[in-house]
Amino acid sequence: MLKYLLEKEFKQIRRNSFLPRLIIVFPIVIMMVFPWVANLDVKDIKLSIVDNDHSTYSERLVNKIASSEYFYLTNASNTYSEAIESIELSESDIILEIAHSFENSLIKEGYARVMISANSVNGTKGGLGSSYLARIVNDFADEIRSELIPPNNTFPVIDINSQYRYNAYLDYKTFMIPALMTVLLAIISGFLPALNIVGEKEKGTIEQINVTPISKFTFILAKLIPYWTIGFVVLTICFGLATLIYGLSPVGNLGIIYLFAMLFVLTFSGFGLVISNHSSTMRQAMFVMFFFTIIIILMSGIFTPVNSMPQWAQAITIFNPLKYFIQVMRAVYLKGSNIWALSTQLMALLSFAVFFILWAMLSYRKKA
Amino acid sequence: MVTVNNLTKRYDNVEALRGINFSANDGEIFGIIGPDGAGKTSLFRILTTLILADGGTATVNGLDVVKDYREIRNTVGYMPGKFSLYQDLTVDENLNFFATVFNTTVEDNYELVKDIYQQIEPFKKRKAEALSGGMKQKLALSCALIHKPTVLFLDEPTTGVDPVSRKEFWEMLKNLKQQGISILVSTPYMDEASLCDRIALIQSGEIMNINTPSQIIADFPDKLYAVKAANNYHLLNELKQKADVKSCYMSGEYLHVTFKTENEPTIDNIKMHVIQPTIEDCFIRLMK
Repeated sequence: MLKYLLEKEFKQIRRNSFLPRLIIVFPIVIMMVFPWVANLDVKDIKLSIVDNDHSTYSERLVNKIASSEYFYLTNASNTYSEAIESIELSESDIILEIAHSFENSLIKEGYARVMISANSVNGTKGGLGSSYLARIVNDFADEIRSELIPPNNTFPVIDINSQYRYNAYLDYKTFMIPALMTVLLAIISGFLPALNIVGEKEKGTIEQINVTPISKFTFILAKLIPYWTIGFVVLTICFGLATLIYGLSPVGNLGIIYLFAMLFVLTFSGFGLVISNHSSTMRQAMFVMFFFTIIIILMSGIFTPVNSMPQWAQAITIFNPLKYFIQVMRAVYLKGSNIWALSTQLMALLSFAVFFILWAMLSYRKKA
Repeated sequence: MVTVNNLTKRYDNVEALRGINFSANDGEIFGIIGPDGAGKTSLFRILTTLILADGGTATVNGLDVVKDYREIRNTVGYMPGKFSLYQDLTVDENLNFFATVFNTTVEDNYELVKDIYQQIEPFKKRKAEALSGGMKQKLALSCALIHKPTVLFLDEPTTGVDPVSRKEFWEMLKNLKQQGISILVSTPYMDEASLCDRIALIQSGEIMNINTPSQIIADFPDKLYAVKAANNYHLLNELKQKADVKSCYMSGEYLHVTFKTENEPTIDNIKMHVIQPTIEDCFIRLMK
C-alpha cells in the first residue's frame, strides 16, 4: 500500500513543472551566493586621514595603514571638520587625525598623539575598525622604538602566539557554509510538506482519499518519505558544491551528518505536515510556516551566538531543532566531532522527530 | 441497504439536517432530490464516514457509520460533487491508484467498469485535468467503482454536465443497478427524479416525502392546469389575486395553476388544459 502511495507522490513531484527544478537550483544559489553575502568580516573600511603634520613619520604611518587589507584611503582632509563631513556623506567610515607636532614630539619627547574617530552606527564595524587601526598605529610605534633604541638595550616583551583552531584563517565563509546548508534543508523540507496536505484539501482530493481504507500512519508516512529523499539529494548537492567551490569538506564523518540530517528532515517535515493538517488554505499554511521558520532561523545561532542572547531567549532556543542541527554541522564539518560529543543534540533531534511525526499522524483526521 | 434514523447535523447556527429518516433497499436507485443547501451533501458525507452526525444513527449494509467506519470504507464507493481525482495524474494512473489503495487491481474488477471506462480509454494517457467535464465524470465513476463497492454514493453527479452526458450517465447507473449495486444519488434536477426507483424529496434538512416517483405523482391531490398568455407575468399576478386559485407559479412557458373548487374553473379569454403533474409540481406543493 505504502509503495503505491509513494509512487503517486513521486509522480506528482516529477510532474510538477516547478518543484524538480527548485530542488536543484535552490541549493546551487544558496551555496554559491550566500557564503559571500552572509559575511560579518569587517574589511575595506573607508579611511579618512587628517594629517596636520605632513612630516616623514606621519607619511610613513599613513602608508603603513593604507597598505593593510582592512583600510583603503578614500579621503585626505585638511581639517577634522572636513573629515567629519566626509563621514556624514558616507565617503568614509573612520578618521585618523595626526597632531600638528607628531614627528617632533615623537622624536624629542618619545611621545605623540593621534586621534581615531569611527562611525559606529554599525557597532561591530566601528569597534573592530578602530581596534584594527589602533593595532596598526601601535605596530608603527614598535617599529619606531626599535629604530631609535639601540638593539642591545633590551626591554621585557611578551610575545603572544595565537593559534586559531578549526578555522585557521578565521574565514567567516567556513563558519557559515555548514550552517547555510541547514537553513536550506529546513526551508525545503519544511515548506513543501506544509503545502502538500492542505493542497489536497483545496483540490478536494483528500475527500476521495478519506473514503479509502488507507490508515493515517501509511498516509503520513507516504507524505514524509518523499521529502526525506529530497532532503538527502539537496544535502548531497550542498556537500559537492562546498568541496568544489570552497574546498571545504567535513573533517568529521559524513555518516554522522547524514544521520543527524535524517532526524532533522523528519522533524521539519513532520512540523510542516502538522501545519498543513491544521490549515484550511494554502495561503494560511504558507504564512504560518513562514512565521515559524523566521523565528527558528533567527533564534538558531546561525548569525548570532545563542550564548549572547538573554537568558529567557536562550530558554526558548532549547525548543529550536535548527539550533541543534547547526551545532552538529559546525562541529562535524569544522572540528570533526564524533557521535559521543554530540549525544545531547542526538537526543534532542530524536525527540523532536518522534514528537512531530506523532503529532502529524494524530492531527490528520479522516473524519471531521 | 442503507438506513438512516433521526439524523441531525448542524454547522454553527445552520441546521443542515433536522432529523432525517429513510431506508434504501438493496439493488435500487434511491434518489435524494432537493435544491442546493437542502442538506444532501452533509447526508452523503455522514454516510461515507467523512463527518460525524450530531444525533441519530445510520447504517450502511448493516454497519454503523460511526463504529464500523473501517468496514464501510472498504465497501462503499463515493463520488463527491466536486471532481476530486488527481488532476496531475493520467486517466489510467488515477484508476490504478484507486484500485491499489483498495487492495485490488484494475484487472480484477475490470468487468464492472468496462462499459464506462471503455469510453475514456482512448484518452488514458491524458492527464485528468485535460479531460472534458463529461469524461471527468466517467473517470470519477470508474474510480468510485473500481473496488467493487456494494453501495455507491453519488453526490450531484450530473451537476454541470451537458444533457447528452447526463442521459448517458443515467443509462450507466441502470446498468450498474442490474449488476446488483445499490445506488444513492442526489440531484437538484427534478427531471432526473423519475429515473430513480424511489426518491426522497428533501428541503432545508427535512425529508418531505419518500416514495416511487410515479406514486408521488399519483398522490398529487389536485387537478393541475397549464395556462398561457401573451404576458405571463401579468397573468400570474392576476391569478394570485383570485380567491379560488390555490396555487400558481411559472413553469417554463406555462403557468401551472391549481384551484380550490372541484368543478371546471374558467378564466376569461384564456385557454387552459389539464396536465399531468411532474415531480417539480409535487415538490413545489410540498414546500408550501
